[in-house]
Amino acid sequence: MNETVLKKRKFQMTLLFLGVIVLTYLSAWITDYGFISSLEAVPGAMAWMASNLLVNGEALGKLPDIMDKLIETIFMSIAATTIAAALSLFLAIMGSKTTMVNRAFGTFSRFVASLSRNIPVVAWSLILLLSFGQNSVTGFLALFVGTVGFLTRAFIETIDEAALGSVEALRATGATYWQIVSKAVVPQGLPQMVSWVLFMIETNIRSATLVGILTGTGIGYMFDMYYKTMNYEVVALITITIVLAVILIELLSTRIRKVIL
Amino acid sequence: MALLEVNGLMKSYQPGNPILKDVSFSVEAGEFVAVIGPSGAGKSTMLRCLNRMVDIGEGQVFFDGKDVGAQNKKGLRDVRKHIGMVFQHYNLVPRLTVIENVLHGRFGYKSTLQGVLGRFTEAEKRKAFDLLEKLGIAEHAYKRCDQLSGGQQQRVGICRALIQDPKIILCDEPIASLDPNSSKVIMDHLKTISIDFGITCIVNLHQVDVAKDYANRIIGLKKGEVVFDGPSPLLTERFTDEIYGMKTVVETRELITV
Repeated sequence: MNETVLKKRKFQMTLLFLGVIVLTYLSAWITDYGFISSLEAVPGAMAWMASNLLVNGEALGKLPDIMDKLIETIFMSIAATTIAAALSLFLAIMGSKTTMVNRAFGTFSRFVASLSRNIPVVAWSLILLLSFGQNSVTGFLALFVGTVGFLTRAFIETIDEAALGSVEALRATGATYWQIVSKAVVPQGLPQMVSWVLFMIETNIRSATLVGILTGTGIGYMFDMYYKTMNYEVVALITITIVLAVILIELLSTRIRKVIL
Repeated sequence: MALLEVNGLMKSYQPGNPILKDVSFSVEAGEFVAVIGPSGAGKSTMLRCLNRMVDIGEGQVFFDGKDVGAQNKKGLRDVRKHIGMVFQHYNLVPRLTVIENVLHGRFGYKSTLQGVLGRFTEAEKRKAFDLLEKLGIAEHAYKRCDQLSGGQQQRVGICRALIQDPKIILCDEPIASLDPNSSKVIMDHLKTISIDFGITCIVNLHQVDVAKDYANRIIGLKKGEVVFDGPSPLLTERFTDEIYGMKTVVETRELITV
């Protein structure tokens, strides 16, 4: 009995594995992707990077400008994330099954969250570019909209997980809705929520570069400009500063998370 | 009129699958009532119908002369603030301190704004500490609840119910997740409360022997119907057999010793 179950399990695993191989082969065949030829291209690409992406003294002269734009981008990401977090908290309280006021509000807020989450941030920036033009508001809004979607979803799960029992208990004492939200749901969920906000700030600083390229704002625009004028030394410098900034922010938020959780 | 009167209470979550069928009983002030019955008999649902944590299907519940089912939002809040509730999983806010959790019991008496801002009077704070003292956990007042043991957390839960100045306390399996020692402490406290403060207690239990030891009166539920309602000494093996639909605990114990 037991042996046949195990044999069946093994057979299923083999089948799955074969399936993945066939699927990979098929996709490569359909898209004309040559595995060997792409491997052959790697050394050449490496050599190009090594000879072109070198920071020289002239590029270093641009550093103050780059830092300006970088700091602008970082602060824009932080502002977009924190403002989005405030809205998300409200939407999540409305959308969570535990703290839902009524079905209509709940469905509405989950719909808003899902809509803004499932349209990728790149698409948002292009859509907003058409309506708002090329300025930093567009970049801000693109990050804002995507963040609201993600954070609402994360907050809803935090609330559902954290507060079910205490909400019931406070309801039984005759507490009002906002008393329950402010004294049971928020205190219990806050550390988790702050952690999500920090994660989102990290993500947004990364996406801000891409959004900047598309909407012509911040460090992304600078990157795009020097890239298109083939000034690769500066491009290299910009890339390095972005990487360092992201690493720094990540270390910082890991620290904060350790303290609050 | 009795403090609590339940007339023909029915409840079903899905049509055609009733959890409670025509439950009627009344409880006088000061009684200590245990509700026993197997899992799924409807004990929890019945208890939650009394303060309308679960909406009443059919029938009426009268608490202190008020028809619980007919209350609007404000009226229901008024009813609930006089009914304490104690839960199997304590239902505290784990990240908040013991004293904060106890003071949560006062929200029913406060406006929304007072509650949100956490404005409690000196008298309320003193009362909270007195209660913690009485239940023997005053030294933990400033600890976070998630640092306490299960038995201690349940005592915090009882304090939160008591600070409401309740006329009745509903306990839903208060000792089901506790070890025997803590269970005894909790049951002793509940008994003391009902005698010293004169607060009525309705306790859902699934340990028949505990029910017989502590309660003056036992209500036996089976498949949503009251099959026994009377003074504890009258709950004989014949009834426990009927309630649980099997050989009683006592007999199994005999079998094991043989």
